[in-house]
Amino acid sequence: MSSSLIIGQYVPGNSIVHRLDPRTKITVIFFFVFIVFFANSVFSYATLTVFALTTVFITRIPIRYIMKGLTPVWFLIVFTFILHLIVTKEGTVLFHIFGFNIYSGALIQGFAISMRFFLLILVTSLLTLTTTPIEITDAIEDMLHPLKKIKFPVHELALMMSISLRFIPTLMQETEKISRAQASRGVDFKTGPLKERIKAVVPLLVPLFVSAFKRAEELAMAMEARGYQGGEGRSKLRELKIEKIDIAVYLLFALAVAIVFYTRN
Amino acid sequence: MRNKFIEFRNVSFRYSDEEPWVLKNCSFEIYENEWIAIIGHNGSGKSTIAKLMNGLLFPQEGEIIINGQQVNEETIWDIRRDVGMVFQNPDNQFVGTTVQDDVAFGMENRGFPRAEMVKRIEQNLTAVGMQEYRLTEPHRLSGGQKQRVAIASVLAISPKVLILDEATAMLDPKGRMEIMRTVSNVQEEYKLSLITITHDLQEVVQAERVLVMNKGEIWDEATPREIFAKKEALREIGLDVPFVAILTDELKQAGISITNEPLNQEELLEDLWTLHSRT
Ligand SMILES: Nc1ncnc2c1ncn2[C@@H]1O[C@H](COP(=O)(O)OP(=O)(O)OP(=O)(O)O)[C@@H](O)[C@H]1O
Ligand SMILES: [Mg+2]
Repeated sequence: MSSSLIIGQYVPGNSIVHRLDPRTKITVIFFFVFIVFFANSVFSYATLTVFALTTVFITRIPIRYIMKGLTPVWFLIVFTFILHLIVTKEGTVLFHIFGFNIYSGALIQGFAISMRFFLLILVTSLLTLTTTPIEITDAIEDMLHPLKKIKFPVHELALMMSISLRFIPTLMQETEKISRAQASRGVDFKTGPLKERIKAVVPLLVPLFVSAFKRAEELAMAMEARGYQGGEGRSKLRELKIEKIDIAVYLLFALAVAIVFYTRN
Repeated sequence: MRNKFIEFRNVSFRYSDEEPWVLKNCSFEIYENEWIAIIGHNGSGKSTIAKLMNGLLFPQEGEIIINGQQVNEETIWDIRRDVGMVFQNPDNQFVGTTVQDDVAFGMENRGFPRAEMVKRIEQNLTAVGMQEYRLTEPHRLSGGQKQRVAIASVLAISPKVLILDEATAMLDPKGRMEIMRTVSNVQEEYKLSLITITHDLQEVVQAERVLVMNKGEIWDEATPREIFAKKEALREIGLDVPFVAILTDELKQAGISITNEPLNQEELLEDLWTLHSRT
């Protein structure tokens, strides 16, 4: 796993953003993603940027950490910018470089699109940076609840997600153990031609699969022994609660949305 | 006179029609608040007995009565509330993403109100000495700690029987000690019958009664002391005889009279240093 990419990584903390109800975060971010596409003026972009950066500030996660974590994404943002510079032919020609005419419209367009991209990535990564996967799971279970009426297996889906979350570290530890065992027998995963390396992975995957199936069987039995009978009649230890602060966040976000619509061209 | 809590009446079981019988005509009783050990070689049918007690399997012949109810499809819901079970592999029975979520799992399944769950989590984690780890994730715990959480999870719904199916088999000696200590504390603190399944004779000494399984049959039923005296026969059915028992035998052969079959080193020592005053 690459440690430089922070999307999907949780940074423990106790900020207001961390403590918000995960449903609030998901809802706000969901609508933020939409609203970003409506921004088209300096003011509307500024409003959204202020909103996003203030949130980052409140989380107390160092901005440098976030920026560094987005390194692979920077690449895409710069790429998008350059692409727009070259392709767009609006406004006046500003200057001439490498045989391309750079138009003023292209500069603005490139800037706007890159900004959009940046805001999208920043805000969506804030969700996983400040919310544990299990909170996200609980929120999804709760928000999909209405789908139960059309027989969508909401509880099962959430259980599946939480069991996966529970077993990912265990299976990673196991992979490491098996790969060390194979390495000590002279199997080489890290060097050599790709074909050889793929071949070397097979003896790693087979025992891993076998053990995963065995785990699944034993886990199912243990769950049954502890009285699991599906989602019907279950109560929950972890509960989601909308607090005053959640309402405040909704209001602030609504205000930001209003400003965006008021200031767009 | 103690009350019967679990009763096996001529129980026979096999996993499918083509396979041989795994349990053959087994009958025994387990009483309230009793600590009983089940011992036997690999594949002798110990785990099968445990699963039958919990309604995870049903016998083809004979019947199983638990707390006055016959185990069948309709009663398993009640029976699983009375009979809690801890399995061998510490990882593959840990359902929750944190310790407290795991302890809550059984209670959630039965629709306990939240306040009650919080109370019982605290109480049962304290009983197994894991209260400080309430929010810890399983991959940060040792095997012994995971098994203690598993015990707390089962105790949380106040069962009347606790079965430990080789719950120490995958642990290091330290983890094993932890669990054995936890188990004897629990036995004192909670009123319940305890069934410890093992293939290590050393682990039966604290039990009041021992069931010895051999090839799907009940080979013997006696106190640990009586069992220890049958070294030769135990070895024949594939069990490892503990060092103290072997030493006792050698001493006897050397002409030293040891009256009470000692269960551990302290008892043997006691016997030896009081030898002079007795003779
Ligand atoms: N799911 C299964 N399907 C078919 N046969 C099984 C199954 N589980 C166990 N058996 C067989 O039943 C017999 C008894 O198994 P059981 O697990 O009860 O033994 P055990 O005394 O618990 O052994 P161990 O000390 O290895 O845990 C064994 O011969 C085993 O191969
Ligand atoms: Mg077994």
